[in-house]
Amino acid sequence: VCICYRYNFSPESVNDTAKETCLNWFFKIASIRELIPRFYVEAAILKCNKFLSKTGISECLPRLTSMIRGIGDPLVAVYARAYLCRVGSPVKYLFTATCLCLLFQQIHGDTVQNQLVVQCVEIPLYLTLYSPAIDWILQCIAYRAPEVLLTEMMERCRKLGNNALLLNSVMSAFRAEFIAARSMDFIGMIKECDESGFPKHLLFRSLGLNLALADPPENDRLQILNEAWKVITKLKNPQDYINCAEVWVEYTCRHFTNREINTVLADVIKHMTPDRAFEDAYPQLQSIIQKVITYIYDFSLLFSVEKFLPFLDMFQKESVRVEVCKCIMESFIKHQQESTKDPVILNALLHICKTMHDSVNALTLEDEKRMLAALINGFIKMVSFGRDFEQQLSFYVEARSMFCNLEPVLVQLIHSVNQLAMETRKVMKGNHSRKTAAFVRACVAFCFITIPSLSSIFTRLNLYLHSGQVALANQCLSQADAFFKAAVSLVPEVPKMISVDGKMRPSDAFLLEFLCNFFSTLLVVPDHPEQGVLFLVRGLLNVIQDYTWEDNSDDKVRIYTNVLHLLSAMTQEAYIYHVDKVDSNDTLYGGDSKFLTEINKLCETVIAQILDHLKTLGKEETLKRQSQLALYFFNTILAHGDLRNNKLNQLSVNLWNLAQKHGFADTKTMVKTLEYIKRRSKQPEMSHFTDLALRLPLQSRT
Amino acid sequence: QGISLTMEGSVNLQLSAKSVGVFEAFYNSVKPIQIINSTIEMVKPGKLPSGKTEIPFEFPLHMKGNKVLYETYHGVFVNIQYTLRCDMRRSLLAKDLTKTCEFIVHSLSQKGKLMPSPVDFTITPETLQNVKERASLPKFLIRGHLSSTNCIITQPLTGELVVENAEAAVKSIELQLVRVETCGCAEGYARDATEIQNIQIADGDVCRGLPIPIYMVFPRLFTCPTLETTNFKVEFEVNIVVLLHDDHLITENFPLKLCRM
Repeated sequence: VCICYRYNFSPESVNDTAKETCLNWFFKIASIRELIPRFYVEAAILKCNKFLSKTGISECLPRLTSMIRGIGDPLVAVYARAYLCRVGSPVKYLFTATCLCLLFQQIHGDTVQNQLVVQCVEIPLYLTLYSPAIDWILQCIAYRAPEVLLTEMMERCRKLGNNALLLNSVMSAFRAEFIAARSMDFIGMIKECDESGFPKHLLFRSLGLNLALADPPENDRLQILNEAWKVITKLKNPQDYINCAEVWVEYTCRHFTNREINTVLADVIKHMTPDRAFEDAYPQLQSIIQKVITYIYDFSLLFSVEKFLPFLDMFQKESVRVEVCKCIMESFIKHQQESTKDPVILNALLHICKTMHDSVNALTLEDEKRMLAALINGFIKMVSFGRDFEQQLSFYVEARSMFCNLEPVLVQLIHSVNQLAMETRKVMKGNHSRKTAAFVRACVAFCFITIPSLSSIFTRLNLYLHSGQVALANQCLSQADAFFKAAVSLVPEVPKMISVDGKMRPSDAFLLEFLCNFFSTLLVVPDHPEQGVLFLVRGLLNVIQDYTWEDNSDDKVRIYTNVLHLLSAMTQEAYIYHVDKVDSNDTLYGGDSKFLTEINKLCETVIAQILDHLKTLGKEETLKRQSQLALYFFNTILAHGDLRNNKLNQLSVNLWNLAQKHGFADTKTMVKTLEYIKRRSKQPEMSHFTDLALRLPLQSRT
Repeated sequence: QGISLTMEGSVNLQLSAKSVGVFEAFYNSVKPIQIINSTIEMVKPGKLPSGKTEIPFEFPLHMKGNKVLYETYHGVFVNIQYTLRCDMRRSLLAKDLTKTCEFIVHSLSQKGKLMPSPVDFTITPETLQNVKERASLPKFLIRGHLSSTNCIITQPLTGELVVENAEAAVKSIELQLVRVETCGCAEGYARDATEIQNIQIADGDVCRGLPIPIYMVFPRLFTCPTLETTNFKVEFEVNIVVLLHDDHLITENFPLKLCRM
């Protein structure tokens, strides 16, 4: 039978069998012969005393504490105390000064010393074995302890002759604010400390860790740094040195200026360069850089620290160097608010970005490439030469050659150059001078040259379109044409499947979207005087015709339907949008009858294609598609066609009937469409819709 | 055919090989002394309803001749045990069923107060008896005390021990709980001391001058209040054993009197 007790149960509510079982266990444990196992097992189930009596735990704890005196090995004993701190509430008498004295006596007694000789362990290393246990015990005592207690503990340490091991544990365990406030006292104690094996630099390191979290009194700050650094700089072993220096760099960054930071960095370089000592210290060196850039996030200040770049040179292993560069760039992107043209910053960051870029090879993961490109782009977006557009373009040209291996960067550069062209236009209020016109053509040329080097086909298509629009906006008509022609020539190369987010997907939907977008632009692209009417549109139609569409898709027909929208829009007297200062076909042809005839011919061809396709869908398995397409086409005619034309009128009725012929039409849609037609018929000049409405029967559901 | 419940309690005595010789000890066991025996008919012959049937019972615990019942005690030469046996007699075709289980008997608290009898001790090479070469012994001084040699069985044995100084390193300090069982038979009686348990209170070379607690819980079943009867005796002692690294072993013996209060 399992009974659950609430967390604060009392012994009275415990069932007898449970009590008996618990008691049994305690009896069994009391009979364990060996002292140490008996101690640990009883300590482990200390809380079970709750089942038996309210005071059980508080009675057991003193007894268990005194049991530890029977453990002869001081190292084992101190960990037993630490364990007791872990299972019982921390009790002060666990660690009285007397017991501490005895601990150290035992360490220096014959038994332990002989053991160390036999095991070939040096006393400094041996002493560090005590630190975790003593740290923990002191932490338990210091937890939420009042300042008075901490001061008292510190006094006891002093009385014990400033034992280094204990001092270190005090600095690890007590609150950082407490230690920081008494930094000078601690430095004094460290100096007076008897070394007896525990190295002083570890003490300084512990102090430094506290000072990274809390601030010492203002007047002492410089002196503290000087005292600490006097000791640190004398350390011979590079590992000891760097472990200490790493911690104190943070203190320096927190309270001092670039000058002091520079001095510290110089010292580190001096210590870590001989014998390539830096190779074993990359994590610590990285940590130093991280701290420096956390505190100095103004990059103009950062690069004025003379030793910063030489410090970076110590990272000779490529993977580590790239990591450091990434850190720096992340910090830049996070903190840099305004764009910059400071040559110091630009040079340094270009150097850093180039390091990142050059690390990319065939083995680099996609994710990593994406991340690096994002960082470089973040930088590029922050570079601005103000009104000096020419220098800006030179920068982009330079960037293109530096970052040619990362496609997202090239894409960014194309966008940046396009933006530059548009900025120029804005400044000139749309009226280019000879100089700015030439400049804009240079921008356009940049894009035209760069786009073919990209691998993703849809990126290229969209960039051709986008850049063409920019060219058009800047009245570079022949360049715009070149872009559009390039896009048209590229369409046949669109593969059936493309990779999206690592998966292969059919490309139809993307192509459809692109073409519709293209059509919208083509509306305002003026015809080239030396080419035929709607040269570009025809070219595009040919390409669409020849493209191998999926067998069971209706995409081709949908595109043709959209072409009809374009063609019918083109017949308008005035298009609903224009590009400023560009005469589109509405102005060029002025509604010329030859132009309109050409368009009509094109429309007829397209419609024929559509109707042919609809016929092929007459098979049983494709009847639903036929119905949908018929309705789609019907709506197109409704929206864009002049239904006063009898042929068109008849066609629309036929399509309406076809949609419903085999029962695949959606009744609701049909009803709503009819309602729409009836509503429209009430508008001026739309009375023919009334007739139309009468000729459109609704099929009832059988 | 009926269910009956029998309660039995007996003292089993074992002759030790020492006094009588191995083979005779093996073949002649002293007859067990019966303390209590009583049977109740629980259910008359008939049918029991299906499922669980609970039948309450009660046995008066009276010893023959109105003497006090001995406590349950499992020892080496003396064994005092109380059992409950349930017999179910069944028809000729089905086998009879039987089940036995032991139950523990503790005596009532003795009246009157316990007189505490603390004992101080000091152990040096000089205080040791039966030593062959006193000169070869390392110098040492061990002091301590036991809170009382008159102990309440439900409470632990307590005290303190201090190694004031010792030339040789200490390996281990232990408390050895010993039972002394005396059995009488026709030929005479035998007195045997055997170890119940050994509890280590110090492991390794302990700090000099630091008081080490003496603490030992009396195990249930294997201890009982000190018992003296006409036929047998059950007594207890504790040895404080100090092992030095040079393999010297020092023992100090303390007889105890256990009672239940």
